[in-house]
Amino acid sequence: MTRGNRRLDVVLLTGLAALTLLPWYRVESGFYAFRWLSGLFSTAEAAPGLLQIVSYERVWLIVVPILLVLTAGIRPVRDPMRRGMLLAAVGAAGVLYLSLQGLAIGFTGWNWTVSETLFGPLADGQPSMGAGAVLSTLVFVLVFSFGLAERGVMKGDAFIVSAISLLAFLVTVFVLYPIVSMFIGAVQDYDGSFKPDGFIRNMQDPGIWSLSCVIGGARCGVAWRTLWLAIMSGLASTLLGLAFALVATRTRFPYKKGLRLLTILPIITPPFVIGLALTLLFGRAGIVTEFVADLLNIEPGRWLYGLTGIWIAQVLSFTPITFLVLIGVVEGVSPSMEEASQTLRADRWRTFRRVSLPLMKPGLANAFLIGFIESMADFGNPLVLGGSHGVLSTEIFFAVVGSQNDPSRAAVLAIVLLAFTLSAFFAQRLWLSGKNFATVTGKGDSGAHIALPKGLSIAVHAVVIPWILFTMAIYGMIIVGGFVKTWGLDNSLTLDHYARAFSVSYDGGIAWTGVAWNSFWTTMEIALISAPLTALVGLLTAYLIVRQKFAGKNLFEFALLMSFAIPGTVIGVSYIMAFNLPPLEMTGSALILVLCFVFRNMPVGVRGGIAAMSQLDKSLDEASLTLRASSARTIRKVILPLLRPAITAALVYSFVRAITSISAVIFLVSAEYNMATAYIVGLVENGEYGVAIAYSSMLIVVMLVIIAGFQLAVGERRLRRENRIAGVDTPSVPLGQEKSA
Amino acid sequence: MISPKAGSVEFRNIRKMFGSFTAISDLSLTIEPGTLVTLLGPSGCGKTTTLRMLAGLEHPTNGQILIGGKDVTMLPANERDVSMVFQSYALFPHMSAVENVAYGLESSGFSRREAREKAEEGLALVGLAGMGQRLPAELSGGQQQRVAVARALALEPQVLLLDEPLSNLDARLRRKVRTDIRDLQQKLGFTAVYVTHDQDEALAVSDRIIIMKEGEVAQSGAPRELYEAPASAFIADFMGEANVVSCEVIAIEDGRARIRVGGLEHQVPAGDARPGPARLAVRPRSILLAEGRKGEGLSGKVLHSAYLGDHVEYEVETEVGTFFIEDAAVDRVLPVASDATLGFSNRGIAIIGG
Repeated sequence: MTRGNRRLDVVLLTGLAALTLLPWYRVESGFYAFRWLSGLFSTAEAAPGLLQIVSYERVWLIVVPILLVLTAGIRPVRDPMRRGMLLAAVGAAGVLYLSLQGLAIGFTGWNWTVSETLFGPLADGQPSMGAGAVLSTLVFVLVFSFGLAERGVMKGDAFIVSAISLLAFLVTVFVLYPIVSMFIGAVQDYDGSFKPDGFIRNMQDPGIWSLSCVIGGARCGVAWRTLWLAIMSGLASTLLGLAFALVATRTRFPYKKGLRLLTILPIITPPFVIGLALTLLFGRAGIVTEFVADLLNIEPGRWLYGLTGIWIAQVLSFTPITFLVLIGVVEGVSPSMEEASQTLRADRWRTFRRVSLPLMKPGLANAFLIGFIESMADFGNPLVLGGSHGVLSTEIFFAVVGSQNDPSRAAVLAIVLLAFTLSAFFAQRLWLSGKNFATVTGKGDSGAHIALPKGLSIAVHAVVIPWILFTMAIYGMIIVGGFVKTWGLDNSLTLDHYARAFSVSYDGGIAWTGVAWNSFWTTMEIALISAPLTALVGLLTAYLIVRQKFAGKNLFEFALLMSFAIPGTVIGVSYIMAFNLPPLEMTGSALILVLCFVFRNMPVGVRGGIAAMSQLDKSLDEASLTLRASSARTIRKVILPLLRPAITAALVYSFVRAITSISAVIFLVSAEYNMATAYIVGLVENGEYGVAIAYSSMLIVVMLVIIAGFQLAVGERRLRRENRIAGVDTPSVPLGQEKSA
Repeated sequence: MISPKAGSVEFRNIRKMFGSFTAISDLSLTIEPGTLVTLLGPSGCGKTTTLRMLAGLEHPTNGQILIGGKDVTMLPANERDVSMVFQSYALFPHMSAVENVAYGLESSGFSRREAREKAEEGLALVGLAGMGQRLPAELSGGQQQRVAVARALALEPQVLLLDEPLSNLDARLRRKVRTDIRDLQQKLGFTAVYVTHDQDEALAVSDRIIIMKEGEVAQSGAPRELYEAPASAFIADFMGEANVVSCEVIAIEDGRARIRVGGLEHQVPAGDARPGPARLAVRPRSILLAEGRKGEGLSGKVLHSAYLGDHVEYEVETEVGTFFIEDAAVDRVLPVASDATLGFSNRGIAIIGG
C-alpha cells in the first residue's frame, strides 16, 4: 500500500497546485508567455481556481476542492477493494463534473436552457478552460485509474491503468468530441439553439445529390462526382499498382530496385505538387498544351481543370501507395501453390489466372479501397485542378472560408464525405476479414515464383515503362519549374523564384527576408514538436494493444484504425467547430496544429509499433516484471531500446507527414502560425506558380535530406544489430516464440 | 554471497477463468520451504497458468495465494518475492550477461556498483565467471540458460520459478543442466517450483511431483510413490507408459494382494486395494515374454514386433487386451502371428484406483 499512498499523495499535491498556483481559465496572452504570473492573485483572468470561487463568484467550481478533500479523506481507508472503489468513484465524478460544467457554462452563462430552468440564471459565465482546469481534470483521471488499479484491474498495475485511461480520455477529447461537435454544429444556429433548417436544406441540396448528368442534364451533384472520381482513381491506381508489383517481383526487369524507390515518393511529396506539375505540362500555358496547339493550330484546351485532371493527378499520387501494398500481396502468394498448380499440368497462364490471381483478390480489393479512401480524402490536387468542378473536400473548404461561410453546409458535406469513407472502411473490415490468403507461413515454403505468361509480361511492361517515364517527367517539371520565369510566356531560366522565397540578407545579423521563411520555420517548429509526441502516443498505444488485455481493447483498436479513414478536411472542420468556443478554445494557436498532427498521425505510429512489438517475445516483459521492475521501467529499459528502429521510423514519418499535410491544416492555420503547405496553396491561388513550385521542391529536398540523414545516422547500424537481436541466425534466442503449455 | 531465502507456497481454492474458459477450477496445494516441487502434466493442464499466477503474471479469479505465509493474491509481479526462469530464457538481447543479471537488482534498489558485484557473483555461481560482458546472442544455449538462472537467483527470492527451463536445449545438454539446477538448489536450499511436461525430468530433479490434469491436481507425492503406486490409469500412463488391464483381487495378506489376470495369478503390493474387481497398471518392461504356448501365464498372439537395439518392442493380443511390451531379450525376435506366453515380473505392477 506504500506505493499506492505515494502516488496518491503526488497526485493530490498536483491537484492542490492546479487549484492554487495556476490560472484556472485560459489566458489570452498565451500560457507560455508567462504574463499571467504577475496577475495570478490580482486579476479575474489569471486567478487560480480557489480564488475564482472566493473572489470572482464562480461558485460552481466549489465541487472541485470538495472532491479533492474527499480523495484525501479516502486515503486512510485500509481495505484495498473499498478504497479502490471509492477512489474510482471520486475520480470519475471529478472528470464528469469538470467536463459537464465546461460544456454547460459558456462565456455569458448557461449554454443549455435545461440547466438554466433547473438552477436559475447565472450572473456571469466563464471563459475556456486553462492550465488549472485541464490539470485538475487529468488529476481526476489519475485518481480514477489508481482506484481501479487498487481493485486489481490490469493485475494491479497503476501505470498501465493510468495510461489506458489517459489515452482513452485524450482520444475522446481530440477525436470523438470534435466529430460529435461537428454533427451538433450541423443542426445548430449561430447562437447555439437547435435549428435543423440549414441541415435539412443542405441535405436536400441538388448541388450535392443531383443525378441530372445521368439523364443528360448539366452536371451531377458533388457527392456523386466525388464518388465517381474515387471509384475511377481506386480502379486505375490498383491496376497500375498491380502491374508495377508484377514487374517488380515476377519479371527480369533490370531496374527493380529503382522501381521500389517509387514507393517513397508519396511520403515526400506535398499532396498538391503533382497537380501543380500537371498544370505546367497540360494546363492552359503548359508545354505540351502549347506544343499541340501550335502543331494542330487549335485553341489551347482547359480539359485538365476538372475531374479528368484530378483523376490523372490522383492516379499518379496513389499508384506508389497501391504498389507498396500489392508488392506484399504478390509476394505473399506461396510459390508452392504455383508449383503445385504446374505439377497438375496447368500452364503458366492457367496457373496465373486460376491460382495466383484468385489468391491475390483480397489484396487487390484492399488496394482498391485504400485508393478509394485516399481519393475521397485528397484535398490538394482538387484544389489546384478542380476549377469550378469541385469535389466534396474542396467544397467543404469553400463552405468555411469562402464568401458563403456556411458552417452548417460544411458540416453536412463533411458528414457525407465521412459516410463514404467510413463505408469503404467498414467494407474493407467486414468483407475482407478472414479472407486473407497471403500465405507467408514462415515454414519451409521454398520454391520460386513462376515467371509471368509471356503476353501478360509484355502487357505489364508496356504499362509500367511509360508510366515511369511520365512520373519522371512530372518530377522533372517540379525541379525545373522553380527556375522558369513565367510558364508559357517567358520560358527563360531564372533564380528569382528561389530568391523571392528564400532570400537571406546580412544586415548586422541574419535577416530572413524571403517570403517563405516565416511559414517554413513555423512548419519545422510544429513538426519538430509534434513528431516526438506522435511517436510517444502511438507507441504507447501499440504497447497497450499488443501487450495488455483490457475491456474495450478491440473497440479501441478499431476506433484507432477507423480514424485513418477520416479525411483530413473532416478533421479540420471538426476541429474548428469543437475548439473555437469554451470549454476548449485553441483555434489560431500552435497547440491546435500540434494536437491535430498528433491525433491524425498517431495511427501510423500505432501500426508501426504493433508490427515491431509483435516481434518481441512477451516473456521479455514478463521477465522484467518478475525482476521487480515496474511497467514504466520495463518500457524504458527493455521495450524502448529494442524498438529503436520502430521509434525512428515513427519519428521520421510523423515529422514528414506534419510537413506535407494540407487538408486538415488549411483550416487551422492562422496569420501567426502559417504552415508551408497552406502558404503554397495561397501562392497558387494568387497565380504565383513559380514561387509555389520553388517552395515545393525545397520542401521535397528538405524531406529527402531528413529521411536520408536518419537512414545514415541510425538506420543501417541499428538494423543490423536488430537482426541479430531478432534471432534470425541464432535460433537459440527464440524471441518470437509463444509459450506452448 | 547469494543466499536465497526458502519460502513456502500455498494456493487456497484457486480458480482461474480466461473469459468463459476455466483453466483452473479449484486448486489447493502447499509447497514446503526448501523443496523442489515439479508441476507435471500434459499441455493445457494448467501447470504454466499455476506458475504464472504464482509469479503474479496472471491473477486468479477467486482464491488466495500465499508466499512465505503472506497473502500476495493482489500484488503485481514486480512486488512479489519470487523470480522466474522463462522457457525462452527471455534474456534482454540488448544487455550483456552481467547487465541482465544486475537488472533485477537495480530494479530492487541496489546501487549500480552493488548490483554489478552481486551480478558477477551470480554468474560465478552458475560457472560463467568472466563471461559477463557477452551479449546473449554471443552465448550458447546452455550458457544463456545459466544466465537466466543467475538472473533469477541473484534476487535471492523466497521461491524460484522455472518454466520448462530445459525445453530449448538439446537432449545431451538437458541431462547435465537438470543435474546442475538440482545441485544448486540443494546447495543453496531455496524453494523451487519447476514446470515441465517431461516425466523423466520430473523424476530426476524433484523432491515432490504434482501431476496436474485439466486444471486439477491428479496426484502428488514423491517421485517413487507416483511411479510405483499411481492412483489412476492417467498417472500410470503419464509416468512412463503402462498397460492398464482389468484384474480380480482374490485375497489380501500381509500387505500383498493376490490377483488374477486371465489365466495368470500374481502377487503385488496391496496399497489400499480390496478384494474384488480392480484395474492393474503393468509397465512394458515388467512383462516376461516366452515363446509358444505354456500352461501357466497369459497366452497371446504377436501382432507386431520391432527391433530397437537395446530392446524389442511387441504388441501382443491376449484375452484381457493388447499388451505393449519392451523385451530385453534382443537375441531372438518373435515373428508376427506367432504364439507367445506372458508372465509378470516382481516390479512395475500396481493396482490402481479409478
